[in-house]
Amino acid sequence: MSADDPAPEDLISRRALLGRVGAAGAFAALPEMLAPAAGAAAAQTPRPITREPLETLTPSEADVLEAITARLIPSDATSPGAAEARASHYIDRALGGALASFRDTYRAGLASVDAFARASRGAAFAQLPVSDQDAVLTAMERDEAGGFPGGSAAFFSTVLAHTLQGTFADPHYGGNRNFAGWNLLGYPGVRLAVTGEQQNLDAKLTPTRMSAYDYSMFSQRRPARADRGTAHEPHGD
Amino acid sequence: MATELPKTGVVIIGLGATGGVAALPLAQAGIDVVGLEAGSWLAPADLSPDELRNNFRAWPQAVQKANREIPTHRPTSSSPYSPRVPLHPMMNAVGGTTLHYWAQSWRLSPWDFTVATETRRRYGASRLPAGTTVEDWPFGLEELEPYYDKVEVEIGVSGQAGNIKGAIDRRGNIFEGPRARGYPMPPLRGTGFTEMMAGAARSLGWHPFPGPAAVTSQRYQGRSPCVYHGFCNRGGCHVSAKGSTAVTTIPKAQGTRRLSVVTESHVTSINVDAAGRASGVTYLKGGTEYVQPANVVLLAGYTYENVRLLLLSTSPAFPKGLSNNHGQVGRHYFSHNQIATVNALFPRNLNTWYGLPAQGVAVDDWADDNFDHGPLDFIGGGNLWVYSDRRPIAAANMSTFGRAPRWGAQWKAFIRENADRGNTAYLQRTTLPYEDNYLDLDPVVKDPLGFPVCRITADYKQNERRLADFIQDKMVQWYRAAGAIATEKTAVGTMGPSTHAYGGTRMGDNPETNVVNRWGFSHEVPNLGVLGASVMGTSGARNPTLTAQALAWRTAEYLAANWKSIVI
Repeated sequence: MSADDPAPEDLISRRALLGRVGAAGAFAALPEMLAPAAGAAAAQTPRPITREPLETLTPSEADVLEAITARLIPSDATSPGAAEARASHYIDRALGGALASFRDTYRAGLASVDAFARASRGAAFAQLPVSDQDAVLTAMERDEAGGFPGGSAAFFSTVLAHTLQGTFADPHYGGNRNFAGWNLLGYPGVRLAVTGEQQNLDAKLTPTRMSAYDYSMFSQRRPARADRGTAHEPHGD
Repeated sequence: MATELPKTGVVIIGLGATGGVAALPLAQAGIDVVGLEAGSWLAPADLSPDELRNNFRAWPQAVQKANREIPTHRPTSSSPYSPRVPLHPMMNAVGGTTLHYWAQSWRLSPWDFTVATETRRRYGASRLPAGTTVEDWPFGLEELEPYYDKVEVEIGVSGQAGNIKGAIDRRGNIFEGPRARGYPMPPLRGTGFTEMMAGAARSLGWHPFPGPAAVTSQRYQGRSPCVYHGFCNRGGCHVSAKGSTAVTTIPKAQGTRRLSVVTESHVTSINVDAAGRASGVTYLKGGTEYVQPANVVLLAGYTYENVRLLLLSTSPAFPKGLSNNHGQVGRHYFSHNQIATVNALFPRNLNTWYGLPAQGVAVDDWADDNFDHGPLDFIGGGNLWVYSDRRPIAAANMSTFGRAPRWGAQWKAFIRENADRGNTAYLQRTTLPYEDNYLDLDPVVKDPLGFPVCRITADYKQNERRLADFIQDKMVQWYRAAGAIATEKTAVGTMGPSTHAYGGTRMGDNPETNVVNRWGFSHEVPNLGVLGASVMGTSGARNPTLTAQALAWRTAEYLAANWKSIVI
């Protein structure tokens, strides 16, 4: 399987969901990707971002979320960000499964982001210049944005945590497309065995570009979509 | 109406770290054992290298009874409740949390057995912290040594001995108590990073050594050697290199045909007869209620469930809960002082993307009573531990050391440069029991069956806080000696639900202050044994599992050897 191919499960769900493609937002390129930063002429031209059929969010919710994730981990001339990794697709999918308990949080929170953007900056979040988008997100992070049930900082932290999951988790879950997140970190990928030489300080490891579920031992036992999600990592055992 | 099953010799409640060990010597002695486990069997193919599932979501493959009964917590009896944690720290499955634990398999130090006496002798009684209920164990390390040895061989522990019958070997831990022989396998290999840290420790005059791990460093009893793939931390082992009881003692006990494993069974009470002796247990499986009569009951859940099940098992003979007529069930509780740690940032990549938490280097120069506390304002010490273990989501969540915000272009630039340059130590420290730290039943919060969950009322005291600060400073010193350009100390936290929870059914000779006797059997119910860290009265500065397993083997062996007097 070439690394550019979607995982088999993506193909299945895409076929199954073709009838649900939302008009607004679907297959739209992000505005900033059409205008790479100055000085990036030598860098590879980023490919336009293809948005997948929505599984849980409404098209207008997806537009706001897409724009937020693109500012949390922005794309630039030298490396892709959360948009290319498809973090918002990860969240959209997980909200129908492992993160279903967050569905109402996103419904209310994304609406509040747009309302706050209009009230404070005069336009819907996705339509704002990136500097104004960053100002909105900064106000949310500082818990200074009004109109959020439970406070804007809590919603900001939730979206940030899920954006990190969507960018850096195994591609099996719909994000980290083309291993964009792992490449950003320099993580050389899932291996089933690692040698002593590969643990030397100056070892140079070639990225495997493999999902855990590309290995035949695990491909038959993919985790259920409906498993319960949290953001909890205890230390020590 | 409950279905009554044929009587068995021993019923074990929980087939995890300790129940899974105890089953073996009993079965080998020819005693019929029924092992009741709330979870199910997991296969190697269930244990995929998947950080999102292992470290951020509940394991989906097994019935997670524990997640329906997460303990509540409040620091003191007059303080508000802490937010409820979303997942129970432990898991249900055959093998229990040994399926995904870090597998560090330490013996306690000789001092841990005699904290009260040794502190009075060396520093004076006034140095025992106010309010502590600490007692010496009813025996010393030398009594437990043969059982540590048996378990190390059965589950397969890798390590470098530092003291064999008093002969010190400087490749190992020069501070450890005497061992009868070395480990059954050599230690896990070092890495570029752990060797760099070991060199820095030696430059400080300290004594670094590779830590012991219930992980195969070579082929062992038909099991594959460790493959160091980097998903051992809350992940199961797909090649069975981790010595979970699910791949060691439990299948071996089944091979005797004396152990019957009953999965997805949820024990709701331990029953007693008119004479106040344990008669068996009641459990639910598949919507049906069963009664399993037994000559002996061994309670082998995790600390919170051991206490809860005793308190829920009321009867005319035990109106305050089983084995609780002295009011000691739930007392002397503490969770390990291991939250406060140190983060470090290095000016170079460390290549710690692979390995496992047990593949590391330890320093015990500041552990236990290995240094003079005369001029200090605390007792006890800490084990310093650094290891090779990193996964991508965790890397992206690393501290930015005040050098970048949490998101945006500056964060992205920081993480691109530093994702493989951070490190976080694991610092376990002496923790003591106190009179106002305890477990009981929550008066409000219930599980789906309507039974109260366990409530923790506990917090770290001055001794734990001073010790944490001291040990963190030592860790900062170590990181700086290794070239770290930034370090930061994290907070002590509080005694909420923990993977290292001790006490509640403490072991000791005095029935006024202890629930079980020196053999692990109830002072009040002679055919009821309790297994697990809930019997431990001190923590040491190291992971409890091997000690809990050695105690479990000892209790089971005692039971088999004294069967006629215990069963009557």
